[in-house]
Amino acid sequence: MGHKLRMSPRERRNLLWGLFFTVPWIIGFFWFYAYPIIASLIYGLTQYNLLQPPRWVGLDNYRFMFRDRHYWRSVYNTIWFVVIAVPINIVFSFVAAVLLNQRLVLRSALRTIFYLPTIVPNVASALLWLWVFNPYGLINGTLAWLGIKAIPWLSHPSWTKPALTIVTTWIAGSNIVILLAALQDVPQHLKEAARIDGANWWDELLHVTIPYVTPVILFTTITGMIWAFQYFTFAFIISGPGPAESTLFYAMYIYQNAFSGFRMGLASAMAWIMFLMVAACTYVLFRSSARWVYYGGE
Amino acid sequence: MSKATDAQSLEKRLMQPSARMLGMVLSFRKSRQVQRAFGAILVNVVVLTLGVLFALPFYWLLSSSLKTTAQIFQMPPVWWPNPILWTNYIRVFTESPFAHYALNTLVIAAPVTIGTLISGAMVAYGFSRIEWKGRDLLFGITLSTLMIPFTVTMVPMFIIFRKLRWIGSYKPLIVPAFFGSPYFIFMLRQFFRTIPPELSDAARVDGASELRIFLRIVLPLTKPALAVVALFSFIGVWGDFLAPLIYIDDMKKYTIALGLFRFLGDRAHETDWGILMAASTFTLLPIVLIFFLAQRTFIEGIKLTGMKG
Repeated sequence: MGHKLRMSPRERRNLLWGLFFTVPWIIGFFWFYAYPIIASLIYGLTQYNLLQPPRWVGLDNYRFMFRDRHYWRSVYNTIWFVVIAVPINIVFSFVAAVLLNQRLVLRSALRTIFYLPTIVPNVASALLWLWVFNPYGLINGTLAWLGIKAIPWLSHPSWTKPALTIVTTWIAGSNIVILLAALQDVPQHLKEAARIDGANWWDELLHVTIPYVTPVILFTTITGMIWAFQYFTFAFIISGPGPAESTLFYAMYIYQNAFSGFRMGLASAMAWIMFLMVAACTYVLFRSSARWVYYGGE
Repeated sequence: MSKATDAQSLEKRLMQPSARMLGMVLSFRKSRQVQRAFGAILVNVVVLTLGVLFALPFYWLLSSSLKTTAQIFQMPPVWWPNPILWTNYIRVFTESPFAHYALNTLVIAAPVTIGTLISGAMVAYGFSRIEWKGRDLLFGITLSTLMIPFTVTMVPMFIIFRKLRWIGSYKPLIVPAFFGSPYFIFMLRQFFRTIPPELSDAARVDGASELRIFLRIVLPLTKPALAVVALFSFIGVWGDFLAPLIYIDDMKKYTIALGLFRFLGDRAHETDWGILMAASTFTLLPIVLIFFLAQRTFIEGIKLTGMKG
């Protein structure tokens, strides 16, 4: 209280105006973020099927979960996506952005083609890819045309995740646009200086361009990682849990437990572990960034 | 020795005219210009090939939607539908309430877009144009919520909305938009920061209140960014799948994404791909049209969020 009195009238007026403008979000933050996260910690310690009131079970949900084969399957599939599909997406986005940054015929048309898949409703593009991967679909049809044996994209467990990775690469457009913007911000004089020092195209890329875009690469890595943890719609529509549960992803398993099995307590416990995993990955990425992200470009 | 000379003379005889040409080509390639032109052609070929690969699924979608069932399952694939068949599109509307689903989605999208604009602009103003105690802390918290996946809060939010008896209505899809989305708050704040603070200061000296500065000075300057937010939020609603899947159970209230999904469930076992592709085309058409009408706005918008804060 005393510290409030020490505010000048101007400071107090600014504080009131600041709160006035941000109050919708302050309510929104508590309603849609803070409360649900705390509530899910508490629900995670109960058994709750929506019909009867929640029953306290302590750590039973966690014990059950860690002994559940399907749960570990979903963890494995999700980590696979974070560790393989996301880096592939980022490397591809970077290469595409470097290429699009060259002098090209039809440059803006090409940029449109790469970006368009990202704004198409996910259900529509998932359906489209379901048909592309069909035995009679685009890829296997073309392979047959070339005389190559069909690939069991969605029916063999070792092909399902690569198939979904292809779809993930197809929707890399927003990363491409962000990286392209970063590439265009690399100071021209640095490139010229490098060239005068006898650097070739490759040296220039490695020692000038890449260091300059590392902050954006960090940004795309973090958003990509979070995206992969909640990966749902494409897998849900294209393959479901898939053969041998090869595309049973974490978010899908939470969804199944919550809305098919009405095990709200168990689903909350899983959600909390996901929250911890995302927080840990974000922390590790930020900590590691001191070593590989270059902030000289500010 | 003689073998070598033999081989040499043979090579000479065979290669003489072409060797001269090769020499010319080599001397040309030595020149930087040609080398650069060669690189440029290579880059163009690679990017154009990638572009074709990326566009191919769209072409496949369109062409499949115009094929007869017989042509859809023809091997090797038919690249150009013959005859071009429009009945799949007619069947989408006569055999399913797709137009109704589209209307439902608009009924949700309109208030969501308005709510997102009002709350987003207000909160972003509070985070960027006024200096107040606790602002940066609160903004830091706001940024950290960007890292919370929807899946994490999904279950408790369902329980809250169930207690409010909102399940089955559009309220769980609409109401949150009026309380600000961290993504759009961040985007608009980035934009507000580019407006010189002197503009506000001058108005403050003239005795204008913050609300007046917000409405009369900052908002009119923010129209391009508001357009980005409106577009993104509309596209978000149009394509949203998981939230309607959880909250909407009555078929009459389906959104277009949900309708398309259920359509798949009904049709996939009949493998009626023609009609499915027609329905998908109809779902993505408005988005593609909006994109072509407002391409510049889009690209600016993505750059705005990708920017370092």
